[in-house]
Amino acid sequence: MNKFGFTTQESRAIDYGQFDDRLLSYVQHHEPTFLICMSCGACTATCSAGNLIDFNIRRLSLLIRRGEILQLSNEIDKCMLCGKCTLVCPRGINTRNVIMLIKKGISQIKQSENQN
Amino acid sequence: MPNNLFIYPFLLGILIMLVIIAKRFSKWFIGLSKIDKIRVWKKLRTKNTIYSIREALLEGLLHHKIFKKNPVLGYMHMSLAFGWFLLIVVGHIETIYYYGSISFPFYMPVFFRYFVTGHEFYLSRFFAIIMDFLLLMVLSGVTLAYLKRFLKQPFGMKKTTRLKPGDKIALTSLWCIFPLRFMAESVSAGIHHNGSFLTQTSGNLIEHILPLNAIHTPIWFAYSTALGFFFVALPFSRYMHIPTEIFFIFLKNSGIKLKKHVNTYSQVQVFSCSRCGICLDSCQLNDAGIRNTQSVYVLKKIRDKKLTDEELFNCLLCGKCQHDCPVDIELNNLRITQRIESTLQYNSSYDYLKETKAEKADIVYFAGCMTHLTPAIKKSMVQIFDHAKLNYWFMDEDKAPCCGRPLMQAGQYDAAEKLILNNQKKILDSEAKTLVVSCPICYKVFNEDYSLPGIEVKHHSEYLLELINASKIEVSPLQQTVIYHDPCELGRGSGIYEQPRELLQHTNTLIKIKNEKEKSYCCGGSLANIKIQMDERYKIKDKAVENYRSYNPDILATSCPLCKKTFARDGKLAVHDISELIWMAIEKNEMEKLELNEQLAKVTNPEQFWELEEVPIQD
Repeated sequence: MNKFGFTTQESRAIDYGQFDDRLLSYVQHHEPTFLICMSCGACTATCSAGNLIDFNIRRLSLLIRRGEILQLSNEIDKCMLCGKCTLVCPRGINTRNVIMLIKKGISQIKQSENQN
Repeated sequence: MPNNLFIYPFLLGILIMLVIIAKRFSKWFIGLSKIDKIRVWKKLRTKNTIYSIREALLEGLLHHKIFKKNPVLGYMHMSLAFGWFLLIVVGHIETIYYYGSISFPFYMPVFFRYFVTGHEFYLSRFFAIIMDFLLLMVLSGVTLAYLKRFLKQPFGMKKTTRLKPGDKIALTSLWCIFPLRFMAESVSAGIHHNGSFLTQTSGNLIEHILPLNAIHTPIWFAYSTALGFFFVALPFSRYMHIPTEIFFIFLKNSGIKLKKHVNTYSQVQVFSCSRCGICLDSCQLNDAGIRNTQSVYVLKKIRDKKLTDEELFNCLLCGKCQHDCPVDIELNNLRITQRIESTLQYNSSYDYLKETKAEKADIVYFAGCMTHLTPAIKKSMVQIFDHAKLNYWFMDEDKAPCCGRPLMQAGQYDAAEKLILNNQKKILDSEAKTLVVSCPICYKVFNEDYSLPGIEVKHHSEYLLELINASKIEVSPLQQTVIYHDPCELGRGSGIYEQPRELLQHTNTLIKIKNEKEKSYCCGGSLANIKIQMDERYKIKDKAVENYRSYNPDILATSCPLCKKTFARDGKLAVHDISELIWMAIEKNEMEKLELNEQLAKVTNPEQFWELEEVPIQD
C-alpha cells in the first residue's frame, strides 16, 4: 500500500464488550454530580494548568466514559487542584472531588493489577 | 481490727490502670523521632517544666478555657476535677498529720474515715471541715453532670457526643463514686462521730433509719468497687484524655510539632480529645446538614481506625473547632496529616513546569488563581500600584502555577512542593524586597512553606495600610457603613485581624459585630472541603449572610477573593474586597482634587484668589 502513498489506520471502533467501566462506576458512585456535566467547557476555559500546558478537563469525562485509564493517568497528573473549575461550573459539579476520585481510582486499579 | 478486704477492688483497679497507662505512655514516647526525644529530655531540665505543670493545672484541673466558653460548664468540670484533686491532696496531708510521718499504706487517705475513728489528733476537726467542704464541692459538680444529661441549654451546649460502652461504664462509676463516698463517710460518722458539718449531720440522720454497723463495711466496699471499676474503665473510655492531656502538654511545650506523617505525637493528640463536644456547636457544616464529619467524630474514627475519605475530606478547615478546643489539639493539622496519608499513593510530579524568566522589580505581585476569577480585585491592585508609581511585577498576570496551598489542604504535600519550588525560584530571581499577595490562601503558603529570605510577604490589606501610612496614596472617606468578614486563612489561619480593620477605618465606618475575629464565619467556599456539594455550600453562606444583614451594613467588605465570590452570588449584600474600596477612595480623593482645581480655575479676580489661600493649590 505504501507504494501508492496510502496509510492504514487502526480500527477506532469501541467494543463495549471489552469496555473498562471500573473507573466510571467508582467516580459515579462517589460523586454522582459527575453525571450532570453538559460539557460546556467553562472548566477548561478557566483552568490554571490548561493555561500552562495542553490539558483539557472536559475531555476527562470522555476518557472516563471510554475507560481509557492509561491516557487518563497521564492527563490527571497535570491538574493543580486550584479550584477555579469548581467555582465556574454552571452545573455546580464538584470537579475537584472528581479529580481526586480519578486519582484514587487509578491508583487502586493499578495496585490491584500489580497484585494479580 | 476491722476487716479490710474491701480495699482490694480499689487496689486492683488502680494497679491495672497504672500498668496500662505506663505501657501506652512508653509506647508513645518510644514512637517519637530521635530529635523529638532529645527535645523532651532537654526541655525537662529547664523552667519549661514549670510552665508545663502550671498549664496542666490550669487546663486539667481548673479548666479555665471551658470557663470562658460557659461558666456553668466550667464549674461542672472544675468542681469535679479540681475538687477531686484537692480531696486527694488534703486527704494525704490529713493522713500525714495523723501518722506524724509519710510512711503509711498508700490506700490510707482514700479510706481514712473508715480506719481512723476519732477526733484525737492535731487539727483533726479542721481537716474534717475541709474534707466535707471539698466533698460538697465535688457532689455539686456531680449533680450538675446529672442535670447536663437532661438539660444542655444552661451549659451553653446544643449538642453533645454519644457514649460508647467503655464510656458508659466509666461514667456510671464516676457518678457513683462520690455519692457512695458521701454515704460511706456518713455511716462512719454515725458510728465513730468523726465527721463534720456534712457527713456528721447526715450520719446522725441515717442512724435513726438504718442499722449502721451492719452496712458499714458493705457501703465502703461499694465505694471501693466504684473506684475500681472507674480505674479499669478509664484507659478504654474517653477519660483516657485525663492522663494523656498532661502528657500532651509536656510534649507540646517541648516544641514538638506534628509531622507530615502519622506518628505517636498525632496519636497523643487524638487520645487527648475528651469528646466534650464543644467543637460540635461552632461547626458550620451543621448549617448544611452535615453532622458526621466534625472534629470530635473524626478523632474518634481515627482512634477506632474507621475513618473514610468521605468524612476526612468533608471539612472546611476553617479552624473554628481548633480555636474552641479546650485541650488545644491541632485539629486542622491533624486532619491534614490524615489527608497526606490517605493520598500518599498519587502525588503528581508536574514535570511540565518550565522555568520562565522573572522580571526585575521592587515588588512582586501575585494575584492568585481565585483573584483571577474576581477581576475587580486585581484591577484595583494594578491601578493602585500604578497610581503610587511603584516598580512592581505582576507575576501571574498571564500564566503561573498555583501557589500549592489547595494541594496541601488536600494532603498532596509532595506535589505541592513541586509548584512551590517553581514559584519560589521566580520570586527570588526577581530580586524583589516585597511580595504582595491578594489571596489569603496563597498568603498562608507563601508565609509558611516558601523559603524566601530577604523578602517580606504581605497580604494586600497589610500592604495598602502601609502605603496609606507612608502617604504614598491618599484616600477620602466613602461614608458607608461596612462589616468586615475575616477570611479563615487570613484570620484564624494567619492571625491578621487588625490591619484590614485599620485600613477600612480610613475610608468607611466599621460596624462591630458579635461573630468577628476568632469567631468569624467561614463563607462556605473553602477549597479545603473536597466532598461538600454546591447547595450545601450555599446553605452555609446563606446563614452567614443572614447574620451580616441583621446589622444593616451598606457594604460587606472582605479581603479574600474566594469569600467575595461566594458572598457575591447571594446578591442581597453589596460585597467588595478591601482593595476595591481603597481604589474607590483614591478615585474620590482625585475627583475632589480635580473639583478644587476647577473651582480655582474659575476664579478670575486675583483678589478672590487670595481668599482661597488656605486650600492647597495644585499645579
